[in-house]
Amino acid sequence: MTTWPILSVVTFLPVIGALAIYITRGDDEAARRNARWIALWTTLVTFAVSLILVWRFDAANPDFQFVEKANWLASGITYHMGVDGISLPFVILTTALMPFCIIASWKSVTNRVREYMMAFLLLETLMVGTFSALDLVLFYLFFEGGLIPMFLIIGVWGGPRRVYASFKFFLYTLLGSVLMLLAIMALYWNAGTTDIPTLMHTAVPRSLQTWAWLAFFASFAVKMPMWPVHTWLPDAHVEAPTAGSVILAAILLKMGGYGFLRFSLPMFPLASQDFAPLIFSLSVIAIVYTSLVALMQEDIKKLIAYSSVAHMGFVTMGIFAGTTQGVAGGVFQMVSHGIVSGALFLCVGIVYDRMHTREIVAYGGLVNRMPLYALVFMVFTMANVGLPGTSGFVGEFMTLLGTFKVSIPTATFATLGVILSAAYALWLYRKVVFGALTKPSLASIKDLTFRESLTLFPLVALTILFGVYPKPVLDMSAASVQQLVNNYNAAVTAVKAAALVAQ
Amino acid sequence: MSFSSAGYQLLPVLPELVLAVGAMALLMLGAYRGEGTTKIVTTLAVVLLVVTGALELMLPAGKLTTFGGSFIVDDFARFLKVLAIVGSAVTLILSTEFLSDPSRRIFEYSILVLLSTLGMMVLISAADLIMLYLGLELMSLALYVVAASNRDNAKSTEAGLKYFVLGALSSGMLLYGASLIYGFTGTVDFAGIAAAVKTGSVGIVFGLVFLLAGLCFKVSAVPFHMWTPDVYEGAPTPVTAFFASAPKVAALAVFTRVTLTAFPGIVPQWQQILVFVAIASMALGSFAAIGQRNIKRLMAYSSIGHMGFALVGLASGTVEGAQGVLVYIAIYVAMTLGSFAVILTMKRNGHAMEQISDFAGLSRTNPMLGFFFAMLLFSLAGIPPLAGFFAKWYVFVAAIKAGLFTLAVIGVLTSVVGAFYYLTIIKVMYFDEPAGQVEPMRIELRTVLAVAGIFNIFFFVYPGPLVSVATAAAKSLF
Repeated sequence: MTTWPILSVVTFLPVIGALAIYITRGDDEAARRNARWIALWTTLVTFAVSLILVWRFDAANPDFQFVEKANWLASGITYHMGVDGISLPFVILTTALMPFCIIASWKSVTNRVREYMMAFLLLETLMVGTFSALDLVLFYLFFEGGLIPMFLIIGVWGGPRRVYASFKFFLYTLLGSVLMLLAIMALYWNAGTTDIPTLMHTAVPRSLQTWAWLAFFASFAVKMPMWPVHTWLPDAHVEAPTAGSVILAAILLKMGGYGFLRFSLPMFPLASQDFAPLIFSLSVIAIVYTSLVALMQEDIKKLIAYSSVAHMGFVTMGIFAGTTQGVAGGVFQMVSHGIVSGALFLCVGIVYDRMHTREIVAYGGLVNRMPLYALVFMVFTMANVGLPGTSGFVGEFMTLLGTFKVSIPTATFATLGVILSAAYALWLYRKVVFGALTKPSLASIKDLTFRESLTLFPLVALTILFGVYPKPVLDMSAASVQQLVNNYNAAVTAVKAAALVAQ
Repeated sequence: MSFSSAGYQLLPVLPELVLAVGAMALLMLGAYRGEGTTKIVTTLAVVLLVVTGALELMLPAGKLTTFGGSFIVDDFARFLKVLAIVGSAVTLILSTEFLSDPSRRIFEYSILVLLSTLGMMVLISAADLIMLYLGLELMSLALYVVAASNRDNAKSTEAGLKYFVLGALSSGMLLYGASLIYGFTGTVDFAGIAAAVKTGSVGIVFGLVFLLAGLCFKVSAVPFHMWTPDVYEGAPTPVTAFFASAPKVAALAVFTRVTLTAFPGIVPQWQQILVFVAIASMALGSFAAIGQRNIKRLMAYSSIGHMGFALVGLASGTVEGAQGVLVYIAIYVAMTLGSFAVILTMKRNGHAMEQISDFAGLSRTNPMLGFFFAMLLFSLAGIPPLAGFFAKWYVFVAAIKAGLFTLAVIGVLTSVVGAFYYLTIIKVMYFDEPAGQVEPMRIELRTVLAVAGIFNIFFFVYPGPLVSVATAAAKSLF
């Protein structure tokens, strides 16, 4: 086995692409074309290299692999990278979705194309880095650094209320994260290092666990987003350009769930146990309440945004159930939601490019002129509902199963969400696709072009593949999830036993 | 006190001597050859500063003292002196255009900057209250005059006068505090005071409060900040850049040295003062900046806030805290000078534009300028991976270690509020429609901006050198 730093290559390759775009001067058509092609090739090559990670990944080994370590800031704060079964699916999800984002922006972004592509490539580096950092400070660097390109993407290429949306996005996320930063500092003084694998095996005093858990929660709950701090998401989604929405829904939201899995559960098991009822309550409220809110939306993107909040509720519920099924289901649900919600935003983008509106009432009867689009949109709608045979079902089912073992009321109320999601998703589909095509503006609307099919059909295939055969994703994460759950349960039972002895 | 030659050797003050003699020589040159010499005097002044900085670095390693122990050269002093010299030299470079205007050929400007820098160096090396006062006054008197150097402009004159009156008041308070401390300890020597002060008697604390009030004025910390917005706005822009950089270095240096070396026995007493001052500065700096329309006023509030953040590190009273202050001030100087290079560039038809709305669409009319300024602003807001994040990291990590959790939480929350106004400028530059072309950037401004910008963006790649130098400097205080 060669020892080239494959993970760093995957992480920083997009930066090189961004630099290449920077070198191509000018703002004429040729420069724009070059920028697009460089961005596409960079993301494709990055994806190809990231597949080597899958190829060489040893799924039976629950520990971190492809580990790289170098001196960086000071003692205990190093450049430490590596992936395990929990982070690898997210790395692949990121690299896999980026080419779709670039293709989706091919025609719809026409002004400042170079800057746009550079922002996306930088964002890719920061996202991959977030998932593969094994040092808390490094993680924070990537995690927060992602705000800068996303702020610009929403603000420069967004819709009419882009300024409001971008500020809200930035400040909300920053507010949560700075508290996490203080907790990182406290952990640093507690253990003398910010090395994540070391911290996972360091016992944290109970009081520090509580405070640090709350601080990390502040950051990840906003990012996830959980009710009641989700309000930035609909605004950001609606105003962001299509590819921005895709990235936001598919990757950035997953950072919150990934954070819970990587930090909250393994480092603060006791606090996680203590706060599980809080998480369950917030998750159930998110699932039921935001589903009801979704029913009332008039904007397609906003509806999908609220449905994302509801689906993330399943993830938090599953993770903090602390059972194998719950955690594995949470990981799977995040991957599945990444594909499905990303695809749904691409679908919205396709009709938006034609009609320049996202109002549900502006559409209707699209099936008459766009049969192919209707088919694709249906697959993703069904996956969003959680129909068996699509990837959405597997994740929701497993998280519910895992939660059922721990808290029956939570699982029961959460199941309501499945019904509600069917209600809003099918309602949306009927309004937009079915019925007679009466609106004159739609009379000449065209079906999917080749470029659009290229972005959607691979995602259709993945949605169905993971729906009937979820094994690849589940196998990849199984060993790491099992270890995480075992450690979590061991820590919790140890404290219980100690309490019994004390009595 | 011994008057042996060992106690009065001149080697440790060699850089200061060179600077003083050089400044006087340049004054003679200007005085005898007239106003046509402005350009050559400025150039020579920069050269002189470079020579002084090099001499400072060439002094023998370790701790040197002279003048009976009242003047000290340690790693801490070397670090901050070099930083102050860099700040002054860059300011002179940024002033080239200001001085080239035929109506303003004032060669005294460069000489005043040199004398002020001399004051800063004395201040940074001061190891007793007398030396402290000498350095402070030499620095300040030159600054008062420089503030008013745009003689025909009412605002500039007003700024100079305001700064002088309030500065004199603060000097009075500082002197009063120093006299009280002398009265209660019987010595003006920092080491002597530290040996005498083991408990916080009322008299000592009274003197300490007055002393710190005087120092707070110099770093423009709340509640002694009132002069800052007016002086920043009124003074010519290169002078504002100067005020925001080098004097802040010197003032923070003496702040750190006094608290840590003269009063290590009563940390809780001055800690609570610093906690209050830091919280008040961070909060006021963040909230008051939101309403500003003038970029120089905004930078004034920004610097008030940043001094608050730096004082967070000092409030912890530990080696880590001192290290945090040093890293913070170094990165702050880089960010500030870079930002002022941008502000100085903002001219249309020969008129300086100081309104934030004048920056509209800068990212399109001048992409490089817009990009670098945006990165500097993100850095000032403390967003990783830019340098400003590491500055905040080191001060807050010290505060957390010292158990100042309330201070740290309030600090990071105000940094979010602060992020809002920096984002507002970025929004104006990136999201709004262009408000017209700006004049092409002058070469010296371009250089300063490029160096500062690259330092800010790529600091995270190799932060080791600055951090380890700052660590060594902080350790030399303890």
